[in-house]
Amino acid sequence: MNTSPLKKFALALLLAGIFSTAHAALKVGDTLPDLASYKLEGKLPDSLKGKIVILDFWASWCLPCAESFPVMDELQKKYGDRLVIIAVNVDETAAKKDLFLKKHPVAFTIVRDAEQKLVADISPETMPTSFVVDGDGKVRFLHNGFHGAETRKQYVSEIESLLK
Amino acid sequence: MKTKLLFLLASVALLSGSGCANVKPWQRGTMADYTMQPDRDPLGTAQSEHIWFSREQANGGGSVGGGGCGCN
Repeated sequence: MNTSPLKKFALALLLAGIFSTAHAALKVGDTLPDLASYKLEGKLPDSLKGKIVILDFWASWCLPCAESFPVMDELQKKYGDRLVIIAVNVDETAAKKDLFLKKHPVAFTIVRDAEQKLVADISPETMPTSFVVDGDGKVRFLHNGFHGAETRKQYVSEIESLLK
Repeated sequence: MKTKLLFLLASVALLSGSGCANVKPWQRGTMADYTMQPDRDPLGTAQSEHIWFSREQANGGGSVGGGGCGCN
């Protein structure tokens, strides 16, 4: 087949465009990646099997994240062992995270993705973004941002539906 | 044909070298910093505007009038 150089170039450009925009963002129906395989700062829960997990991505500079923390803390207290909340901090320095946590102390698990590899793989669209994961490790619900009472209501309804 | 190809190559080179970058949501810490806010110093902004409308004859369209005489 005799293809002109211009056609070849256009094809290469198209392919490059497709591959550069393609990213494997975590979505509803996907399986949660093995968090232990990432070098996260902080201690992860021993096992997530059979538990409802909220995986939340947050940063100290994000105001809705600060609003979401008391709500998630309340949910953790309400559902106890049945719910595991893992809040992944994506700040550039640990000091910023620590200062935030002094102002907003919480009882759930906090880890820091210092290398920003997990967050890059999961590729959340907003800050914060949270994934509600069922006992089998499948993402069942996704929250882009935090919208106060509305998001809280959704969390409760989603957790209740997964507990049935 | 060669001209077209050269034109295309030059366009791609120009676009890729434009310095534009896609900042991911989790990388916006610096942009969200207080020092990045254009209105972080209201007094400083007011002073700059005062100097601008007092000195610049081409001034216009703002809330305060001024003709560049330096007398306001």
